[in-house]
Amino acid sequence: MPLLDVNDLTTYFHTRNGVVRAVDGVSFQLEKGETLGIVGESGSGKSVTCMSMLGLIPQPPGRIERGTAHFDGTDLLHCSQKELQMIRGRRIAMIFQDPMTSLNPYLRIEDQLIEPLLIHGLADKKSARQQGLAMLDAVGIQDAASRIRGYPHEFSGGMRQRVMIAMALITKPDVLIADEPTTALDVTVQAQILELIKKEQQELGTAVILITHDLGVVSGFCDRINVMYGGKIVESGSTSDIFYHPQHPYNRALQNSIPALQAKGKELYTIPGMPPDMSKQSAGCSFAPRCEHATQLCTSEPPELQDVGQAHTTACLRVQRENLKP
Amino acid sequence: MLKFILRRILETIPVLLCVAAMTFFMCRLAPGGPFDEDKQVTAEVRELLNKQFNLDQPLHKQFIQYITHLPTLQSFKYPNRTVGEIISQKFPVSAKLGFFAMCIALGLGILFGVIASLRPNTYVDYIPSSLAMIGICLPTFVMGPLLMLVFSLQLGWFPATGWGGFDGDLFFSSDMVLPSVTLGFFYAAYISRLTRGGMLDILTQDYIRTAKAKGASGLRVILKHSLRGGLLPVISFMGPAIAGLIAGSFVIETIFNIPGLGQDFVKSAFNRDYTLVLGVVMFYATLIILLNLIVDILQVTLNPKLKFD
Amino acid sequence: MNDTPTRADAPDTVEKGESLWVGAWHRLRKNKMALAGGVFILLLAGLSFMGPFFLEGDYYTNTVLEDKLQPPGGDYPLGADHLGRDQLGRIIKGGQISLLVGLVATFVSLTIGIGYGTISGYFGGKVDSVMMRLVDILYSLPFVIFVILLMVFAKDLGDSIDAWFKARGSEFSISGQWNMLLLFVAIGAVEWLTMARIVRGQVMSLRQQEFIEACISLGLPTRRIIFRHMVPNVLGPVIVYTTLTIPAVMLLEAFLSFLGLGVQPPTPSWGLLIKDGADRMREAWWMLVFPGALFAITLFSFNFVGDGLRDALDPKTSKD
Repeated sequence: MPLLDVNDLTTYFHTRNGVVRAVDGVSFQLEKGETLGIVGESGSGKSVTCMSMLGLIPQPPGRIERGTAHFDGTDLLHCSQKELQMIRGRRIAMIFQDPMTSLNPYLRIEDQLIEPLLIHGLADKKSARQQGLAMLDAVGIQDAASRIRGYPHEFSGGMRQRVMIAMALITKPDVLIADEPTTALDVTVQAQILELIKKEQQELGTAVILITHDLGVVSGFCDRINVMYGGKIVESGSTSDIFYHPQHPYNRALQNSIPALQAKGKELYTIPGMPPDMSKQSAGCSFAPRCEHATQLCTSEPPELQDVGQAHTTACLRVQRENLKP
Repeated sequence: MLKFILRRILETIPVLLCVAAMTFFMCRLAPGGPFDEDKQVTAEVRELLNKQFNLDQPLHKQFIQYITHLPTLQSFKYPNRTVGEIISQKFPVSAKLGFFAMCIALGLGILFGVIASLRPNTYVDYIPSSLAMIGICLPTFVMGPLLMLVFSLQLGWFPATGWGGFDGDLFFSSDMVLPSVTLGFFYAAYISRLTRGGMLDILTQDYIRTAKAKGASGLRVILKHSLRGGLLPVISFMGPAIAGLIAGSFVIETIFNIPGLGQDFVKSAFNRDYTLVLGVVMFYATLIILLNLIVDILQVTLNPKLKFD
Repeated sequence: MNDTPTRADAPDTVEKGESLWVGAWHRLRKNKMALAGGVFILLLAGLSFMGPFFLEGDYYTNTVLEDKLQPPGGDYPLGADHLGRDQLGRIIKGGQISLLVGLVATFVSLTIGIGYGTISGYFGGKVDSVMMRLVDILYSLPFVIFVILLMVFAKDLGDSIDAWFKARGSEFSISGQWNMLLLFVAIGAVEWLTMARIVRGQVMSLRQQEFIEACISLGLPTRRIIFRHMVPNVLGPVIVYTTLTIPAVMLLEAFLSFLGLGVQPPTPSWGLLIKDGADRMREAWWMLVFPGALFAITLFSFNFVGDGLRDALDPKTSKD
């Protein structure tokens, strides 16, 4: 029984310029203690997917059109606001991309850090403070005792992200969703943050969903990977399958784009074209306009995820039907 | 913080002196003295009066005298009453008016501003915002008489004039309603707009999303996470608001016939009652500067990004 | 067999960006209240300044005592006042005066404010600290008190000068215009503070902007930098606040007139009309309601236009 079971999650944004199909029929599962990576370009729907699960999408203009997201018996998309509030921060925690803006500048670090414990009635103020201190220490903040009473603007970006992690994990949640946690940070700090998340995960047994556009980040970190494009999952499998046996043309193109793996002196490989306009619905596969293997079939029929191996699925018609190995 | 206060006080002294000088010389440079218009006064009596009030001495000497003896100076037009007496009698009335008006302004303003910010661009927003627009555009001296017309003369709910009930002794009486509402409505409108803007600004920030992700309820998000930042514009506005309330009180007291300091100020300006004018101006100026100091301290206390510098 | 790959050419559509002004105009057009306000103001201005050409010369001073306090109707579409003057005519003339005061005084405060703000923002450092501290102090003082004193002083001075002339047998009267002039200056002198702050803020932030540094590093001449890059960016907020200063100024004028310190009778201004109306509220409600309503709607319109401009010119606050 998976910890999190998402089925046909669909979120559209109804704007003045049209309906943006940000997430279009996404389904996946998360097991206890597993690390799942969701990889894709900006606009592929990876963040919106997870925010939809927690009800953090502004509802106008967004709307969860259909789908279910079962977490330990509760359908997150169809439960009451109160039930959702009880799960948020307590059993499913989320950290966001920009640590500079994700902390409240008007409240002390301590107040924000222990807030999840107080909201969910897990500790009284005194005990919460002690736990907060311990958490800050655990995430590597030097001199935690004196810094805990400080304000966010007194912390650097990397430190703020550590605080975010501490804040998210202080209730020992079952799932941690990390939405591009390192994108806004220096390269040197990025590795540290990832190490920290990994360490905490191992200690607490938390399942982690890591959202990123950076293939390098997921390769050393995740058990399984979902590759998203145009609001849909186009390939899903174990890390080694995704990297060593890529099936979907988009995934292959991504692999080919990694600069470090390309021959020196030759022109860098780029995927031609631009990401799709999410307000216009395409008849067939959304990657077809940029795919070098696209055929008439691809532009007329929308592909579905199908197995191509053990726990390895792909949504490419040509791969499924003709066993295309580009 | 102490250094800050001291520095402010030091700054204040030259400002107050300037204010005093400007006021004094403006009054005196206008041709004519305070007793010129009294037709019953003969020339000799006038000379005597001028002497009694030291009006025959050189200007700068008069100025120094005024500054040093201000509260004990006698008013020209109210015989046997000193400036200090008059102010201490009349100011409490104006202060109460201002206090009630401010309560209305803050109470209604913040409440409606917060409500409007929660559902922007819906009816919950449009109605308070439109009311606020009206409040800002309808001058007090139009609104006052209009309210009097409707609520006093036509409906008879509140008395049109007077203050403090029949004997003027009550702490709160029905004749205080219309003046306070009239004076406070403009500020309520302005504050509600500021609150709405400030809250909207905050509510779209990432850290509100973080708070929700932690499981905070709607009320908690508003009270604990948003208000402190959202109300900052309102607190900054308090300075000019106080100055505005004082200015507004002149008109309100005139319209509703309230025996406060504002009414006296206008009259004394017309009557060339120099001592009273100077007294009132200095009093108000000091009061405002003091209140502004408090507002500034409040601002620094509530906003961790600011320091006393 | 496979179809021959028919990959559609990836559309290389680059969205046509729109300049700030064009985008602002579009957003403004969508704002119905702002448009309504703008139309109203134009109509009002037209009526006030052109209307009198169609009316008889003394349309605002023609006292017909027998007709005093006539309710609206017939000869007097908006009623007659306590001296039998036609309210409609007085309101039109009052509109002229009030709008004129609004425009001129705003111009005065614009000039002072822009000058002050630019100097303070451009030089920065100590100069800026001192200048802004001064603004802070002035902002919180009840300037109105000074304006009141100033107007009293001016009125007396004007009266004395008139008396001086009269004593020499001349009909020359300075007090009317003198008063107006001083009114413009006094009001302008109160309202410049906000404009100075806005301009200074803009100038300061612009100076530090990277694109200005980019301009310099590209070798653009200073004049070009100022006119093509700085001015358009300062212009936006200046326009917005000008539109919002006009009603504030009109309000101040009406306030002073109400206290008897602004425009002097028999020249009407809306403030005076409202005062007369308030005094005679019980017998002649039309003397209060019509000028009051018109005044409020005018202020409304200016505020809506100003708000609309502010929303239109600041892309960050656009509601989409």
